[in-house]
Amino acid sequence: MNRRFLPLLMTTSVFVLGYLFCSFEFHNFATVRVICNLLTDNAFLGIVAVGMTFVILSGGIDLSVGSVIAFTTVFLAITIEQLSLPPVLAFAMILVIGAAFGAAMGACIHYLKIPAFIITLAGMFLARGLSFLLTTDSIPVNHPLYSTLNDVSIPILSGRLSLIAIVMLLVFVAGGILAHQTRFGTNVFALGGNLTSAQLMGVPVGRTMILIYTLSGFLSALAGIVFSLYTSAGYSLAATGTEMDAIAAVVIGGTLLTGGYGYVFGTFVGILIQGLIQTFITFDGTLSSWWTKIAVGVLLFAFIGFQRLLLIFWSPRNRSAESM
Amino acid sequence: MAETAPKGGALLEIRGLVKRFPGVLALDGVDFTLRAGEVHALLGENGAGKSTLIKILTGVYWRDGGVIRLGGVDITPRDVADAQRLQIGAVFQEVNLLPNLSVAENLFLGRQPVRYGLVDNRKMRQRAAEILSGYGLQEIDPAAALGSYSVAIQQVIAIARAVDLSAKVLILDEPTASLDHQEVEMLFQVMRDLKGRGIGIIFITHFLDQVYAVSDRITVLRNGQLVGERIAAELPRLDLVAMMLGRALVTEGAGVSRDRPIGTGAPVVGFKGYGKSRYLAPFDLEVHAGEVVGMVGLLGSGRTETAKMVFGLERAESGSAAVDGQQVHLRSPRDAVRLGFGYCPEDRKNEGIIGELSVRENIILALQARRGWLRPLSFREQEAIAQAFIKRLDIRTPDADRPVQFLSGGNQQKVLLARWLATEPRFLILDEPTRGIDVGAHAEIIRLIDHLCAEGLAMLVISSELEEIVAYSHRVLVMRDHRQVGTLTGAEVTVDGIMATIAASA
Repeated sequence: MNRRFLPLLMTTSVFVLGYLFCSFEFHNFATVRVICNLLTDNAFLGIVAVGMTFVILSGGIDLSVGSVIAFTTVFLAITIEQLSLPPVLAFAMILVIGAAFGAAMGACIHYLKIPAFIITLAGMFLARGLSFLLTTDSIPVNHPLYSTLNDVSIPILSGRLSLIAIVMLLVFVAGGILAHQTRFGTNVFALGGNLTSAQLMGVPVGRTMILIYTLSGFLSALAGIVFSLYTSAGYSLAATGTEMDAIAAVVIGGTLLTGGYGYVFGTFVGILIQGLIQTFITFDGTLSSWWTKIAVGVLLFAFIGFQRLLLIFWSPRNRSAESM
Repeated sequence: MAETAPKGGALLEIRGLVKRFPGVLALDGVDFTLRAGEVHALLGENGAGKSTLIKILTGVYWRDGGVIRLGGVDITPRDVADAQRLQIGAVFQEVNLLPNLSVAENLFLGRQPVRYGLVDNRKMRQRAAEILSGYGLQEIDPAAALGSYSVAIQQVIAIARAVDLSAKVLILDEPTASLDHQEVEMLFQVMRDLKGRGIGIIFITHFLDQVYAVSDRITVLRNGQLVGERIAAELPRLDLVAMMLGRALVTEGAGVSRDRPIGTGAPVVGFKGYGKSRYLAPFDLEVHAGEVVGMVGLLGSGRTETAKMVFGLERAESGSAAVDGQQVHLRSPRDAVRLGFGYCPEDRKNEGIIGELSVRENIILALQARRGWLRPLSFREQEAIAQAFIKRLDIRTPDADRPVQFLSGGNQQKVLLARWLATEPRFLILDEPTRGIDVGAHAEIIRLIDHLCAEGLAMLVISSELEEIVAYSHRVLVMRDHRQVGTLTGAEVTVDGIMATIAASA
């Protein structure tokens, strides 16, 4: 029972130790403000990572999320700035588009029996290509609602928790409940555990699969809105490689890359660790920002190796089962 | 209590069930009747159609013809969930539950108690504990991951789930394969309890002792057809074996002359005390040039295991192997191929042919592997070899480049044979060479075996088709419970003799 929490425990300890280390290293690191900024800077990443957690828990992968974010920012910039649509309407439209895009990918994966990797790779090129088709320029968004929304925040001690950070935290809470407290969530775990068994046990595999990618597409669009607010611009090259950061956060957060085991909360810690490394590099000032990638790479490798070892230890005498 | 179907009345009626797969008629007008409150054993060898029938009942496959009536109402299970709604539950041997989910989640997957849209974990675990205590599993923690328990306990939990789910029909497909004696007894007790509650249980197993221990009725299928339905208490074991293995008349002229002199001197292959603990009891095996040794036994008796050990797929822990009187080490199939062995496995589709590759590529595979990849066969050589075998074995294919998956079963089998014959082997192992192929191809394969034998090849042939075995074997080895239990030679090689040896109670 307890060992199921082991990867999560590992991740959390890594974050706590890292945080303590940074606090000793830099005198004004351990402030609420730093934490709030960290959450704000990684809000869009956190939101897509929640969707990615569902996808990976089910044994799949979604490479399209970064491109969907870029498409969303471009779509919003064009509809709000050039077509003068009210932002709220544009938001609603892009959320529907994102969800539909995800649903279509999920349907392809289920009905055409094509690996998620291939379908979402196609989705990645498609969404990125579409945003280039709309525009290759970076379009600033100057709508007053943007500055109003960006000013919304909850003051906490020395820091201010921005609206987009709040949105991310809410998405994490909702995602956690959905994954761990609902029938749908259990079905997601079932798919990742063993697709054939899940089918034989009567799990609605097709519906669940489509819903998972719909959720991921919807959250990618939501992350795109957050990114659009964060940068106040639409740019087709935005958020390149975000899918990889999201996958890294999920895996560092203790979710098994092959599916079936993991926690949404772990992904949150994964995001915090990535944010921590970035913040450390900013504070240090002398390090190249590419050290973030190196540190994330090392952590990712360590966690995957660790999970592999755990799995080998856990499998209870698999060999004795097939001897008869 | 099942008021709709009084005890003894027909609960599930299957009439004229037909299922076709490309090239195979898996079920050919099968009838089956399950009464409420009975345990009904469904028996048959591999390919008999048992699993196809079960998969149609549970909605995994759709039938091509026939009627299924449950409590007098026509039904068509569309998928597993639909079958569950119709109260047909199943426990499969291989695919168990989900080891990554908790015990309680496995028991309640798809019907978890929900409060305000959220799963009520406390209630679910409480009810799971209640269910488990009914099976003597009080010490199981419903919140723990299923994978942390032994396979036997997982199996019992699978049964608990199916029982809790289905109030009418319960299908148990080889449920005892991984249980020890005590657990089997416990399961039987559960089956008897459920019987008393008016549930109809379809029980599939290859342990004949268990069939007699718990079943009321027995239905036997063979090659997709119904052989018959009998009351268990009135069916002698020998007759049951006869039903399972069949005893249609042998077509004349196919038999070998058993008095043909067999090479004396050293056998081509000789195994002594060859065995592996928990896999196969030590056995002796000698095959001379120009000799066909047949191997028979029921499903799970250790026939294929013998073939795998002889071919080096499983390493022996004891005993010695010799080729032409010289001691050899067989550590892997590579060794076996180097020594001139060939093996056509039972599972032709998965272990034999490579469906996407062409006939030519499939045929040259073993020869190329034996030469090593540094000395590739030129395209012209490949083509020549492929054409020669297509002609020699009469492989019916439009051309040598046709992917082998589009050929019929019989022709696939011939391609497999050609693959080994191309390496000019000394010793060939054929595991169920005639399974799932049509009658015409059947006769051709048998003629081929005869022919190869006359050319001086040493062969070990495994088959459930007793007439066939009798027709071409010089000697027959009988397997039971992973052990060689008898050897029949000369005039003893008859269908009756074989069946008596198989059925002799352990």
